[in-house]
Amino acid sequence: MQPSVSTAIRAPEDFLLGSSIIREIKASGIEFVVSVPDITTSEGLLRPLSQESGKDTEPRLIRVCKEDEGVGICAGLSYCGRRSLLLIQQTGLLDSINAIRGVAVEYALPICMMVGLLEKEPGVVPRQSKRYGVRIVEPVLEAMGITYHEVEGEADVGHIGPAIETAYAQMRPVVLLIGRRPS
Amino acid sequence: MMKRDDCLKALARHLTDADIVLPVYSTAFDWIDIRPSPLNYLSHGAMGLASSHALGLALGRPDKRVIVLDGDGSLLMNLGSLVTIGAAAPPNLYHFVCENGTYEANGGHPIPGRDKVDFPGFARAAGYRVVFDFSDLKIFEQRIGALLAETGPVFADLKIASSGPQERDYSRLHGPHVRKAFRDALMAS
Repeated sequence: MQPSVSTAIRAPEDFLLGSSIIREIKASGIEFVVSVPDITTSEGLLRPLSQESGKDTEPRLIRVCKEDEGVGICAGLSYCGRRSLLLIQQTGLLDSINAIRGVAVEYALPICMMVGLLEKEPGVVPRQSKRYGVRIVEPVLEAMGITYHEVEGEADVGHIGPAIETAYAQMRPVVLLIGRRPS
Repeated sequence: MMKRDDCLKALARHLTDADIVLPVYSTAFDWIDIRPSPLNYLSHGAMGLASSHALGLALGRPDKRVIVLDGDGSLLMNLGSLVTIGAAAPPNLYHFVCENGTYEANGGHPIPGRDKVDFPGFARAAGYRVVFDFSDLKIFEQRIGALLAETGPVFADLKIASSGPQERDYSRLHGPHVRKAFRDALMAS
């Protein structure tokens, strides 16, 4: 199992641009975005991705009813050599632990997950959040041996491309934790 | 009521070496003996996810037919996938459900709603393009060729008898060699 990665604490007044994240997603060769809506990433990420879905060179958006479906869809796509990103909320991540355990970890598949952290306080690292549902996310990922990266400011966006590349090169899952609402 | 292996043999006669097939649990063990192929996708990682893996494969390889042989208990765990598949509308996805009313691989207990649940009704409401319901083997044999010529997503409910509890060697489905063989075969085809 690979060690997990955390970035430095970001200031509350820092900012995150959805356009920067989408640029990284596209540069990483992502052809499909599979998603259940998440309020953290709704306007800055999912909305523009949905508006561009289906156009030439743009990732196709596949809306799913439940997040663990997305784990299976991304697995099937990976066998075809097609890259995908599962865009969800941490509640969906927690709900999908068995699918992630079986499909992503035990089968060693490059399931790339971008996870909005609902109600995480800006500038506070997730494990120090007052929200139990936020605090437990990184320890759960560590227990599962899944690499994760915090993406809370523009300085963190540069982690996205290499994280996706590494996931596919090393055939293992990765989680990108979105710590504030991208504008 | 039909026997599962009779249905699978009838289906296998209409497939080509290029088709991808995702069988689950008890069906998988019957299937890999009836139609051994590296393009059998056997490792689903968690119960219920076969239809979702199938959607990924169908989207990723639109040049191939993708056939999922689901179970009724498995599909109940992932009913939302019917809606997702109906919305994504992959023309190359064929979704069969072997409906025997039991969790055959987990002790033969009845599924919730046994004899009440309407799987074809679910599929129809979810937006599958064509929906079939079979309980007679002769009719299934007559129509399976035409079914596989339809534009998907296609759904077919197969009313089958339970085979009863069986001991199975799951390493035949979940071993790393199975997944590598599938990956290599898919990339080469």
